[in-house]
Amino acid sequence: MAAALIGFDTVWKSYGQGEAKVHALAGVDLTIKRGEFVAIMGPSGSGKSTAMNIIGCLDTPTAGTYSFMGIDAGRLDRNRRALLRNLYIGFVFQGYNLLPRTTAAENVELPLIYRGAPARERRELAMQALAEVGLVGREHHTPAELSGGQQQRVAIARAIVTTPTLLVADEPTGNLDTARTHEIMELLTRLNRELGLTIAMVTHEADVAEYAERTIRFLDGHVASDSSKLEVA
Amino acid sequence: MIWETVRLSLRSIRRNVLRSFLTLLGIVIGVAAVIAMLTIGSGTTAKVKSDIAKLGSNLLVVRSGRPAGTGGPGGLDQAVRPLADKDVAALVAHLTGARAISPASQKQVRVIFGTESLTSGVTGTDSAYLDARDWKLVSGRRFSDSETRSGTGVCLIGETVRQQFFGAGEPEGEIIRVNRTSCKIIGLLEPKGYTGFGQDQDNVVLMPLAAYQRRIAGNRDIDNIYVAADDRTPTTELQPRVEDILRDTRRITPDREDDFSIRDMTQIADAMASATTTMTGMLGAVAGVSLLVGGIGIMNIMLVSVTERTREIGIRLAIGAHEKHILIQFLVEATVLSLLGGIIGILIGLALAGLASATLTIPFAPSPAVILLAVGFSALIGMVFGFFPALRGARLDPIDALRHE
Ligand SMILES: Nc1ncnc2c1ncn2[C@@H]1O[C@H](COP(=O)(O)OP(=O)(O)OP(=O)(O)O)[C@@H](O)[C@H]1O
Ligand SMILES: [Mg+2]
Repeated sequence: MAAALIGFDTVWKSYGQGEAKVHALAGVDLTIKRGEFVAIMGPSGSGKSTAMNIIGCLDTPTAGTYSFMGIDAGRLDRNRRALLRNLYIGFVFQGYNLLPRTTAAENVELPLIYRGAPARERRELAMQALAEVGLVGREHHTPAELSGGQQQRVAIARAIVTTPTLLVADEPTGNLDTARTHEIMELLTRLNRELGLTIAMVTHEADVAEYAERTIRFLDGHVASDSSKLEVA
Repeated sequence: MIWETVRLSLRSIRRNVLRSFLTLLGIVIGVAAVIAMLTIGSGTTAKVKSDIAKLGSNLLVVRSGRPAGTGGPGGLDQAVRPLADKDVAALVAHLTGARAISPASQKQVRVIFGTESLTSGVTGTDSAYLDARDWKLVSGRRFSDSETRSGTGVCLIGETVRQQFFGAGEPEGEIIRVNRTSCKIIGLLEPKGYTGFGQDQDNVVLMPLAAYQRRIAGNRDIDNIYVAADDRTPTTELQPRVEDILRDTRRITPDREDDFSIRDMTQIADAMASATTTMTGMLGAVAGVSLLVGGIGIMNIMLVSVTERTREIGIRLAIGAHEKHILIQFLVEATVLSLLGGIIGILIGLALAGLASATLTIPFAPSPAVILLAVGFSALIGMVFGFFPALRGARLDPIDALRHE
């Protein structure tokens, strides 16, 4: 059961040329197992988002190997990675990234459209996902008619509607107040516990990281520390 | 999936109604111009054809003088020998395959009744003229043989002449003055309307040839001989027979050219029709250029749309859209947009053509094939000019696209 879902093997990610060359990731080794809830922390510019983009199969390493579910995802072309994302990965962003002027339900249906799911099935699954995140009655509101916390719930519903294996969340509470932050974190914790959803989450806040079982700290493109909470029985 | 995409594109078009409409203007104008021109063009062709058919179907018209377009010296120094009675007599005696043969001379002459006057086309002829030209009488009678022979002062008038002089009244039995002679109206010709060249075919007076020659022309000349082919004989077969008979009676030796010409009205009809087709084609090409401009407009607006929606594209790519999904989305949008322009253009074009038909009194002849072609063509423009912007959207990097704004 403790199979590695995510594996970084001396992953490098470099930008630019010659003098201006920047190593956002400089030989990162990392493993995340199925069902884990991992918080990624570290100062600004330390490579957290870069790592998350690779974990989410949005980006590929410059050097080294990234394997996802045992697949050498770093060497897949963009359309194959799109397929991986659609089938196994859900995304939650700091800025919600919902389609404007599009209802909550339609936003949640979106990933299912690219799966070719029939309209009725899409509608049902979207309603279920929205119920899961506690947005019953808001299905037909557009993002402009929803609060930040509600928008982030829609984004989470969109991420889980495909029942993914992995949820990638880059500063999911970055735009929310404390109360809303804890609501969202409780939701994520529940999804992790109840659905066995693997979560990789970037955060700057220690009390947000507290929700995760494991915290990885980045510093200058390296993993500086990696600590797991002892399960208190 | 495709329906989904069409709905999506309609939504995004509706979101920017004014912008979409302005973008469409090029396509609208182009398609409207093409449809209007082609529809008016085919109406004109039909009108010209029916006009020429009205001149008489399967009709040959013989005139004195060398046929136009045949070269050779002596066009002017050689006096033109007019057609004469014996030419008509020879045709009547020897020509087979003719339904009617009729001599005619005509002139624009002032016609007077009471205090009213009118310049009218006065033709001296015989009663076979009505058969040759397929003209019918609404009332009254034709010239009798004795009237034709002796040149009695009787005449048949057209509808325009009747209206000018008699209003709602009955013209028969009235005496009108034609030039310095007078004639009694014995019949009224069926109205024929205007020709495609704007000539009133009802402003006519027919009188016996002998009367015309004696009292109006002052000579014995015949301007034209009308020869109508019967149903079994094509004009192309009849024409050489007429030529042979006339060369014979006019004693033209084999080394000389004809001193008369024979015009085949059917051929003229075809020539006219093909001339209008050429015109239509040229105007169509001009309209095609405006479609090209419209296409560039579509391309421009789609590039703007792709840029504006970079973030949306990023979201779609992140949650697993394949490149082709994005490509199709924007292609469909461009196609729907230009198709919409096409449909608006077709409606405007048809309205313009309808208006033109009404004012020019030509038949309104919309062609389903042309309309279908316009629909297909505008869809094609959307696809072709939408392709580059759509490809640009599809090729975006999801990370860059998500960071956009
Ligand atoms: N597309 C890019 N081109 C050039 N340099 C980049 C690019 N993306 C990231 N970088 C650089 O890589 C380094 C790591 O960036 P990254 O976004 O991963 O940081 P981060 O840890 O997420 O920071 P933050 O907490 O501010 O979000 C930074 O120095 C950044 O400038
Ligand atoms: Mg970041």
